[in-house]
Amino acid sequence: MTRSLRLTATAVGFVAALVFGILLLIAIGAPPFEALGLIVEGSVGSLSKLSVTLLAWSPLILAAAGLVVTFAAGLWNIGVEGQVIVGAIAASWVARSIPGPVWAVVPATIVAGAIGGALWALLAGVLKTHGHVHEIFGGLGLDFVAAGFATYLVIGPWKRAGVASTSGTDIFREEAWMPEFEAFGVSWPVLPVLLGVASVIVVWLLLRGTLFGLKLKAVGSNTYSSYLRGIPTNRYLLGAFAIGGALAGVAGTVQVTAFHHKLVPAISGGYGFLAILVVLLAGFSAVAIAPIAFFFVAISVGSTQLDLRLGIDSAFGGVLQGVIVLFVLLAGGWAAKYGSNTLTPRKEP
Amino acid sequence: MSLEIRDIYKHFGPVRASDGVSITIQEGSLHGILGENGAGKSTLMKILSGFYSADSGEVILNGDVLDLSSPADAIAAGIGMLHQDPLVFLPMTVLDNFALGSPGTVRLDRTEVRKELERVSSELGFEFDPSRLARSLTIGERQQLSITRLMWLGAKVLIFDEPTTGISATQRLQLFDTLRKLAEHGLIVLFVSHKLEEVEDLCDSVTVIRQGKVVYEAEMPVPAETLVEKMFGKVFVVQGREAVPLGQPVLRLANIDLKEDTTHLENLNLEVASGEVVGLAGLEGSGQRALLRACAGLLEPASGSLELDGVSLTKASYRGHLAAGVHYLPAGRLEEGLIEGISITEHLVLASDDSTFFIDWKAARKVAETEIEDYSIKGTPSSSAEDLSGGNQQRLLLSMIPDEVKLLLLEHPTRGLDVESAAYVWTRLLARRAEGTSVIFASADLDELLRYSDRIVVFFAGEVFAVRDASGTDGEELGYLIGGKERV
Amino acid sequence: MEATFNSIIAAAAPLIIASMGETITEKSGVINLSLEGSIRLSAMTAFAVAFWVGHALVGFVAAALVGAAIAAIIAYSSIGLKLNQIAVGFVLTLLAIDLASFLGDSFVGERGPRVPPLPIPFLSDIPFFGKVFFDQDLVVYFSFLTIAATWWFFYRTRPGLNIQGIGERPAAAFARGVNVNKLRFWYTVLGGAMVGIAGAAYSLDVKLGWRETLTLNLGWIALAMVIFGGWHPLRVALGAYMFGALQVLAFQLQDVFPGVSQVLPVAPFPLMILALVFVYSDWFSKLGDRFPRMRNLLGSEAPAGLGQVFERE
Repeated sequence: MTRSLRLTATAVGFVAALVFGILLLIAIGAPPFEALGLIVEGSVGSLSKLSVTLLAWSPLILAAAGLVVTFAAGLWNIGVEGQVIVGAIAASWVARSIPGPVWAVVPATIVAGAIGGALWALLAGVLKTHGHVHEIFGGLGLDFVAAGFATYLVIGPWKRAGVASTSGTDIFREEAWMPEFEAFGVSWPVLPVLLGVASVIVVWLLLRGTLFGLKLKAVGSNTYSSYLRGIPTNRYLLGAFAIGGALAGVAGTVQVTAFHHKLVPAISGGYGFLAILVVLLAGFSAVAIAPIAFFFVAISVGSTQLDLRLGIDSAFGGVLQGVIVLFVLLAGGWAAKYGSNTLTPRKEP
Repeated sequence: MSLEIRDIYKHFGPVRASDGVSITIQEGSLHGILGENGAGKSTLMKILSGFYSADSGEVILNGDVLDLSSPADAIAAGIGMLHQDPLVFLPMTVLDNFALGSPGTVRLDRTEVRKELERVSSELGFEFDPSRLARSLTIGERQQLSITRLMWLGAKVLIFDEPTTGISATQRLQLFDTLRKLAEHGLIVLFVSHKLEEVEDLCDSVTVIRQGKVVYEAEMPVPAETLVEKMFGKVFVVQGREAVPLGQPVLRLANIDLKEDTTHLENLNLEVASGEVVGLAGLEGSGQRALLRACAGLLEPASGSLELDGVSLTKASYRGHLAAGVHYLPAGRLEEGLIEGISITEHLVLASDDSTFFIDWKAARKVAETEIEDYSIKGTPSSSAEDLSGGNQQRLLLSMIPDEVKLLLLEHPTRGLDVESAAYVWTRLLARRAEGTSVIFASADLDELLRYSDRIVVFFAGEVFAVRDASGTDGEELGYLIGGKERV
Repeated sequence: MEATFNSIIAAAAPLIIASMGETITEKSGVINLSLEGSIRLSAMTAFAVAFWVGHALVGFVAAALVGAAIAAIIAYSSIGLKLNQIAVGFVLTLLAIDLASFLGDSFVGERGPRVPPLPIPFLSDIPFFGKVFFDQDLVVYFSFLTIAATWWFFYRTRPGLNIQGIGERPAAAFARGVNVNKLRFWYTVLGGAMVGIAGAAYSLDVKLGWRETLTLNLGWIALAMVIFGGWHPLRVALGAYMFGALQVLAFQLQDVFPGVSQVLPVAPFPLMILALVFVYSDWFSKLGDRFPRMRNLLGSEAPAGLGQVFERE
């Protein structure tokens, strides 16, 4: 498929999704343009709202960057949700138990989150390479186990003094919070954003500029050819799991130490699964995930306004995101099926 | 009853697999369709059986023009085909394999079907345990099952595509008896093969196909040399080969037993000297691939020993073989060799020994440009493997062979390539051999085998049938040997 | 005791219906990954429609249509457009979940019609078994029917034999005259309709009403059950009943260990992973050789053509 055809298909998918969203709003009797306007205003309408959006953007691109690595290796890392959660748990454990100043505790929570996420991902990896359990099911199972474990900690061993409640653990000491920076009267999540942007750059470099990344792509595209080339394929698959899991774990760290400042049961915020959508829409490209993730997170953050101001369920944001990805995928399929025959010659058998 | 194939055309991209084929076959005849690998026999038969649709042309059975747009149409018209690899369902029982796809009531009355299976199979002289799994049947038994099924469905025309691949000698005799019996009963039997002896033994009439066209039609018997000439064309001019002095033995295979799928090679002994080129001849699936895979370390010998340069590699892993200086180029250039979605430059980085963790793309691109020029690859450094033509894919694969290689193993190194690329591939391989690398290659092209080998090992039905010095044989003899027959 | 078993059978009904639907779909060679979303959206639709119309049956029909429509998108995009089944299925999962929350917002907390209990005369009087199996309602009887019908269909009918053929080796089935892609499309749609009915069974029968967490994780569990069950309807059903038992047990243990009530619902998942590792282990895979009469039941191999696109040329 030519580049321009692909771009056209993407644009058509986007527009169709937007039309679908507008029709849906009309169908439930909501003013469509006011609603869309609220989403924009609610996400980037003011500096403080922009700051909130950026804080949500960071874990999303961290998780998405990790998924770019696992997708490059041809893996469906649906266990990403669990890896975010375990990263958050590991970071919470450090935040709760290790005393010390900010400059020591915060890096320790990040490292702990990365290790937690990587180990959880490796578990799914070993189940795949040695237990023949497909990564989708191993990963899903581990997602639920991680979610259950987080809930158990919140209402059990780590419960707030006196009351067991699903609203979360005690707030961490401020030394364990990711520092914020004041500017223009708003506090900015500089460290999370830096971590997120760094993860995109590192993953881009890894896949674009290193032998490891190249071999990973080779294994993902054709495992048997890669084996014949002498690449130890299982080791590379596990490596991809570890890197993807580590980045998801850092996303979990951001969720606990920069956003909630405590562990809550639904700590992942669904960012793991949302990141899969982002990567699918980005066509598995590391560079494209940054803007797409921003667009998606703006929809998520902005649509919380719908509930408050128009009484529309905020799930509208999720509907819009899903429809965009679905329609762009379908439009790509149509373009490949009906467009390419006339533009490019058929391949030989 | 007669079957008439009229002006069939079929192309795949630029390849004309059927280029205006017309054949007429009479009732009760056992008709051979002869041609070398890739001549277009299978395509034609798949059109007859409704698996492919022809671009143009007609199939007429008994005066009716058939609409063969799907296998269901062909079966309804009474045309049944046995594919080269009998299309059975491995985890299902014989009985279920027999019943699958059969017309009838929604409820499957297995007692009834079992009776039918027993009736038809005993008519044909076959015996089955209906509850056995198809997985445990030999290829021969799977064929018998398919024949039984097609007869049950009322086939009037039966097509056998290379049916003797992978079956034992006894089973072959039994199969031939069956085919004769079927023809006597008034069926039209099409026997597709590239084995001379079989066609000579079996068929009443023969059509030879080359490059998608009918080049010869005759009633049998026909002298074998005529058939050989028609099949392969007149290409048996052996050109002067540059004599290269052979070095010390490098590869030593002693009493090797190999088992893979339907191949079972026994007690194989072979020594290959440094700088020697050994050609492996034979029909596909006769054992050449198993031998190559064993030398590459992808198939562990059941017994015997394998040595390279005095070092035992019998139990070594694939990576052990790589490290010892073995390099294997399988037939599937894009399936087993190159990697889709990865560029020429990236392939060369993967192939290079001294790639560092951070890739210097500027340098890598330069290397790619040099290699592209050296190997005259039509493509740019950023071209993806799947966008290259077959010839250019092979050139890229050649450019990826490490400098220090003791043993090169190639499967069909020039299959599907244009003349220029094929010649180029051999220029490169012969240069390697001049440096002392031993080369073993499998090919179906007699000319290629004769022109480039020092020795030719001929495989037939899973065993080494003959070994010849290339200078002491010719295309005619090879044609006989590949067909499992000594020249008289 | 009777009551416990009775509630296990009842609680497992939606899971049974959904996993039978998915078994049919996967047996034909297509993966419908969207179950978690399909079930939720159809549960919501069933409730909303039944609420408007005032009759539960209409809700079931609407739910079946929703499940079938989602399945049709997956079938069309994979068979017709050659898109990745997993990708499309995953996107539809998330989309349907959010669509259910969005459209169902106003129905949360409403009371709708329900499926009335329907003890079967005489049969329900049989000691123990009567109470467990025949003092239920139509949905539960339907779940029994799906098990028996799926089993009968696969192993006793010609179309059932053909469905195994197209899932196992599409090219071979095609060579025998079976229209692979058309059948795959319709079996995916049929499986999707059953998944939809499972959703309706939740909101109109097992847990009345609509809320976002109503069917939580049921779809993922149904997908896992199909693998655990080795694509054999009886083993899939066995897995679903074991899961139902675990759920009921967790519910009853709530009183004994109040602290762990939030955690017990996830207990089946590590068990599920272990079960998958178990059925793929060498030991288990050799069982089929030892008991040849039961090899269909004991096999763990996926249909060989599962997830593969069939192209004629």
